[in-house]
Amino acid sequence: MLAETGVAAPPAIAVRNLIKRYPKSKTNAVDGVSFEVSRGEIFGLLGPNGAGKTTTIGVLTTAIVPTEGSAAIMEADVSRDPIGIKQRIAVVPQQSNLDRSLKVREILTFHAAYHGVPRKTREALADKLLEELGLGQRKNEKVNRYSGGMAQRLMIARALMHAPDVLFLDEPTNNLDPQSRLFLWERIRALNSNGLTILLTTHDMDEADRLCDRIAIMDHGKILVNDTPAQLKKMIPGGTSLEVRAFAPPSENGAASAKVKAALEATPGVAKVDELRDEASQNAEPGALTYRVYSESANTLIGSAAQAVFGAGAQVRDLSVKQPSLEEVFIFLTGRHLR
Amino acid sequence: MSDLTFPLADIHAVRTTNRAQLAIGAFLAILRRDLKVTGREFVPFLLQALMNPLFFLFIFGKVLPGMGLASGNYAELMLPGIVALTGMIAAMQGVTLPLVLDLGYAREIDDRLLSPLPVWWVALEKVIFGAMRGAVASSVIFPLGYLILGNGFAVRGDRIGTLIGMVILTGFVGSVIGLLMGTIIKPEHISLMFTLIFTPLLFTGCTYYPWGALQNIRWFQVLTLFNPLTYASEGLRYSMVPPVRGHDFPTLGLAWILLALCTSVLILFWVGRKTFYKRVVT
Repeated sequence: MLAETGVAAPPAIAVRNLIKRYPKSKTNAVDGVSFEVSRGEIFGLLGPNGAGKTTTIGVLTTAIVPTEGSAAIMEADVSRDPIGIKQRIAVVPQQSNLDRSLKVREILTFHAAYHGVPRKTREALADKLLEELGLGQRKNEKVNRYSGGMAQRLMIARALMHAPDVLFLDEPTNNLDPQSRLFLWERIRALNSNGLTILLTTHDMDEADRLCDRIAIMDHGKILVNDTPAQLKKMIPGGTSLEVRAFAPPSENGAASAKVKAALEATPGVAKVDELRDEASQNAEPGALTYRVYSESANTLIGSAAQAVFGAGAQVRDLSVKQPSLEEVFIFLTGRHLR
Repeated sequence: MSDLTFPLADIHAVRTTNRAQLAIGAFLAILRRDLKVTGREFVPFLLQALMNPLFFLFIFGKVLPGMGLASGNYAELMLPGIVALTGMIAAMQGVTLPLVLDLGYAREIDDRLLSPLPVWWVALEKVIFGAMRGAVASSVIFPLGYLILGNGFAVRGDRIGTLIGMVILTGFVGSVIGLLMGTIIKPEHISLMFTLIFTPLLFTGCTYYPWGALQNIRWFQVLTLFNPLTYASEGLRYSMVPPVRGHDFPTLGLAWILLALCTSVLILFWVGRKTFYKRVVT
């Protein structure tokens, strides 16, 4: 697909200065978002709940009317040519919206019929897709008895029935077992290598890292960063961080915790210190303290960090240099507070 | 298994870019879907539509006149009302219930909303489909009435064209009311709908009594004019009740009936289309 259309092909998705303000809301749900997705790319839209991802996708799939700005898919404008958009896109939602009155195979053939795919083509394609997605055995059932994983695969099959140019996947592997997840990842890559442009949202950073060519992280209606996973990981100062585990006698814990944090922050070369609470990896020993220290070069800080902890009246339990994960980039950018 | 076939080229080669052609194709496919689903559930559909009229015809057309509690030709006057009511309710039910559930949480309609047609055509399809359901349910009342009423079954045959038109219009009135209700009512209020909307609609719609006979209760007679079902019942009475000694049975004027029914359909659809759009596009 890329080769056919050439390098100068216009983007698959182009969003410019998009603003959406819901009636009765004081803030913009999407607040001046611009990005482009090239043809044949897998693009990840990440962000905490309420960041504006769903609204952005809503605008791109014609379910939400933008307040300002523009969005286009394959050069069709969402406001001026919704029919043209609907012909070119397919949407796989988070929760099943499969037609429960139809049989599994009919769900596919009717979807294709809605999109004007000729009968012979749609019948053959339905059988083929059901087979390839491992649903061939149960194609004459209704979906009531389908498991979450099967419903998800069926929704993907349905999405492919009209050969869209752009596929929207909203948290595609949420709630799936590891087998289904791996299977879907494989399929998503295979589809992409056949030329399908994919925009996906996910909270699974590992998934985003594995699948996406490029990732945009959104928060409060704005895109904070938009780059390749590798580039994003370099965003954390120094590219590495130091995890510091310390111990202070429980009685003085409250004061000690703040003291240690202040001492670490005062250490030369430290950009930012986060205290990690209630980490699953941490044993529940009273008095245990864990910090993440971001720095230009975390490994040169080992000595001075230890001294800082000691100087604040606590003991050092463990120091380890961490390679950054996408999750850390995400937390670094969007903070730790709950939404 | 490793390579998922993705026949972009096959389908792109035959896909039209003509928006009107796309939209009409989608519209017809969606209508076909509804017909298929209803066809599969045809017996339950008939039972749902006909149980009520079955007993009504029996008790009010057969039992009560037999006891001398209703006059002999009451069945003739009531039958058109039953045809109107059955068609209207069947049309409403075909639109309202699926819409309330779909818009509330099932979202099964999303696949149709994402089809290449204007969003309001999805509402239009619902209305046309509902009207078809209503017309079928109305039509089945005729053989049912014949079976139950026996000799008491009397329908004039010289206004068959008007009769067909009335049956269709009644279906449309029912389905546009269904559209409006389906887009306004929340799933948790479905049972309330039956008491608050169905019951008054049913009893103020001149189904069990002719409009002209209400002249002694003037305020009620005026009130019934605000119910579209009144015009449907009267319109069917106009086309069905046989003349007595050369005199047509007095009903509301045909022109008024047609005007009221058509206006109701247009206004209710115009409003329902807006409420539908509001529910599916933010």
